[in-house]
Amino acid sequence: MAALVIADHDGAHLRDTTHKTVTAALALSSDVDVLVYGEGVKTVAEAASKIAGVRKVLVAESADLKQDIAEDVAALITGLAVNYDAVAIPASASGKNFAPRIAAALDVSLLSDVIEVVDGSTFVRPIYAGNALETVQTSEAKKVLTVRTTAFKAAAEGGSASVETVTAPATKAGTRFISEEKVTSDRPELGAAKIIVSGGRALGSKEEFDAVIDPLADKLGAAVGASRAAVDAGYAPNDYQVGQTGKVVAPELYIAVGISGAIQHLAGMKDSKVIVAINKDPEAPIFSVADYGLVADYKTAIPDLMKALG
Amino acid sequence: MKILVPVKRVLDYNVKVRVKSDQSGVDLANVKMSMNPFDEIAVEEATRLKEKGVATEIVAVSIGPAQAKDTIITALTIGADRGILIQTDQDVEPLAVAKLLKAVAETEKPDLIIMGKQAIDGDNNATGQMLSTLLDWPQATFASKVVVENGEAQVTREVDGGLQTLGVKLPAVITTDLRLNEPRYASLPNIMKAKKKPLETKTVADYGVDVTPRLKVLKVTEPPKRSAGKKLADAAELVANLKSAGVL
Repeated sequence: MAALVIADHDGAHLRDTTHKTVTAALALSSDVDVLVYGEGVKTVAEAASKIAGVRKVLVAESADLKQDIAEDVAALITGLAVNYDAVAIPASASGKNFAPRIAAALDVSLLSDVIEVVDGSTFVRPIYAGNALETVQTSEAKKVLTVRTTAFKAAAEGGSASVETVTAPATKAGTRFISEEKVTSDRPELGAAKIIVSGGRALGSKEEFDAVIDPLADKLGAAVGASRAAVDAGYAPNDYQVGQTGKVVAPELYIAVGISGAIQHLAGMKDSKVIVAINKDPEAPIFSVADYGLVADYKTAIPDLMKALG
Repeated sequence: MKILVPVKRVLDYNVKVRVKSDQSGVDLANVKMSMNPFDEIAVEEATRLKEKGVATEIVAVSIGPAQAKDTIITALTIGADRGILIQTDQDVEPLAVAKLLKAVAETEKPDLIIMGKQAIDGDNNATGQMLSTLLDWPQATFASKVVVENGEAQVTREVDGGLQTLGVKLPAVITTDLRLNEPRYASLPNIMKAKKKPLETKTVADYGVDVTPRLKVLKVTEPPKRSAGKKLADAAELVANLKSAGVL
């Protein structure tokens, strides 16, 4: 039984979500290969070959694959799936986009957002915004799963896998890439950050959000997150959103500023190691999951906190 | 242009989920059920396309128990023209839903299918992509903006790290993100009108699709409880606690 892991990377760097997905795949099989697709991804492939436990790295390069069009990526992986019993994909926006296509093409059910591999056919996954955990058993010959990477430890470095080139199948004309607009930031990525400072609706405006959250995040070397309310109100860009419909994070430290803690937000951060809530409403639901709470107006609490951090 | 909008009846998003003590599932008896929020956005988007003169007919389809009729009526209230209920008491998995929707698409021949990116009960985020694969139509998932012109939908998608815009040739499948629009409130006249709109009831057998579950749910449990911690007096005490917890 062999498993194929699809690498998560930004074109130049391998994300540690790949290492975490390898850990999940190693629970299924001792023969784990990693696929790196994109354009100009040699360094990424080299980084993948150094993950401990990886047997082989497959590299597929083309301009089309760089644009991450689901039809193209899924066609490539579905073709490779012949040689594997399981395909494990990080549950990023990109992975969620193409993973169900592979399952449908293979006529198997998708195991999405897996948080635990119990055995070769049994998996645990969250449902209802993480308010329940479902243990499912599949009898499918091939397993296609997306992995909730925050639930797995990163596989160590120290491997020396061989790197092989594979050819992507010809692409179809139904979808064309028009443009992309990436949010650039010097801060750590939300999904990988050790510390996250998140702001909510209470901040009141984009200017206030930036003026309050950014300096604290910079001081802590933290990534910036936001509640849906803050994103909807335009205080923060969409991809800052933490929650059921945004990103699921599990940093060492999560500081929620002016966030009430709706079910949908908690779904995205309640597996953080330490949660801090700063909110002036002592009844806010966020306090029911926070390890440390400050019932205070952020206007005084954040400057005090900056001072206390020295 | 005809638009097909699949809608799902789910536990209302505000309801606190209770896991049954025998671990067989989530307690859905006597709790408020509603249309999946992402699907509401899909119906709204289809309705806006009709109001712009792009779409001519909107067909809402739901797969579920007899009560899913209410979900279709909600869609008819927002702006769908007619409904199809594929009635079943079985829990239908995303792949089987995709197969049923493919069969519906083959008879209805829509130019566009708009649906939610995920249902807030199963949280799978799979059906739209599966349907697109089975139909061999292009897909544009997690849409935050849709413009239809010249036989193409230009869709701005929410991706990790920003936005991506794709052009998909019609017919195509689009799945909605929360950012796409704000669904309208139902007005009383529209509620009255919706009751008069056609609603056809079908069975799974009518489409010849095998909906036997492929996944066996062994148990449903509560996630580990996270209990409330300490409320602290001030920022200095907070920093001291974070330092001793080893996270600073």
